[in-house]
Amino acid sequence: MHLRIPLAILSAGLLAGAAYAQPARPSDPQIAHIAYTAGQIDIAAAEQALAKSKTPKVRAFAEEMVRDHKAVNVQALALVKKLGVTPQANPTSAALSDEAKAKHAELGRLDGAAFDRAYVANEVAYHATVNGALSGTLIPSAQNAELKDLLGTGLKLFQEHQKHAEHLAGELR
Amino acid sequence: MDHQRRLVLLGPALVLISQAPAAAAPKVHTVRMAKMVFGPAPTGVRVGDVIEWVNADIFQHTATARSGAFDVDLKPGAKARTVLRAAGVVSYYCRYHPGMTGRVVVAA
Repeated sequence: MHLRIPLAILSAGLLAGAAYAQPARPSDPQIAHIAYTAGQIDIAAAEQALAKSKTPKVRAFAEEMVRDHKAVNVQALALVKKLGVTPQANPTSAALSDEAKAKHAELGRLDGAAFDRAYVANEVAYHATVNGALSGTLIPSAQNAELKDLLGTGLKLFQEHQKHAEHLAGELR
Repeated sequence: MDHQRRLVLLGPALVLISQAPAAAAPKVHTVRMAKMVFGPAPTGVRVGDVIEWVNADIFQHTATARSGAFDVDLKPGAKARTVLRAAGVVSYYCRYHPGMTGRVVVAA
C-alpha cells in the first residue's frame, strides 16, 4: 500500500515527463542516468540487507543483487565513456532516489523476519517498476544501439531478479 | 620450452581429434552463456561426450542439471567441462537466473 504513491510518482516522471517541463521521451544521457541510478539503488538496498539479515536465503539473494547490478553498472559506465555521453540528472532519477531513501529509512526500523519480508516484498515491487520503465519507456526511447542492447540485457536481468524475489517472498511467508 | 610444454598438454586432445571419425570417440561440445541466455544447445551428442560451458556474459551464472547430474558455477569469463554419462534429455538452467534454461538430447 505504502508503495503505491511513490510508484505513481515514478510512472508520472517516466510517462508524462511534460509535467516536469521536459520532453516525454528521455534522452540517452537521461536514460543512462536513470538506468545507473536504478542499479545503484538496488545495490544499496542489498547492502542494507547484508548488514541486517541473518537469513541465508535472503543474504544469498542480496549478494546476487550486488554482484549483478555492479556488473551492469560497470558496463554502463564503460559504454557512456566510450560514447562520450555524460549521464544527465533528471526528475525520474530524482524520484527513484527519493523513494529509495524513504524505503531505506523504513526498512532500517525493522529487524529479523519483519525486515526480511519487507526487504523482499520491496524487491519484488521495485524490480516490477523498473521492468515497466525499461520496457515501456527507456528501451523504446534509447537512440544508441549499444545503449539499447545493454538496456535489453538489463531488462532480462531485472525480470530474473523479480522472479527470484517473488519465489523468495513465497518462501518467507 | 613453453611452447613444447603446451604441445605436450595438447597431446591427448590431438589424439581425440585424430580419432574423431571412430564412432566411440567422445566429442567436446560448447555451450556459450551471454546476455542472460544459454546459446544454442549442441546436436549429435552421445553418452561420454563433454559439454564445455563458457560464460561469456558479464554476470555470474551456473549450468545446473535438473537431474542433479552436474552443477557448475561460473564467474564472468570462466569455463568448465561436464561429462554426459547417461542417455536421455538433459534439462539445465542457471540457479541465479532460473529463466535461463536449455536442454540437450544425449544419444546412447
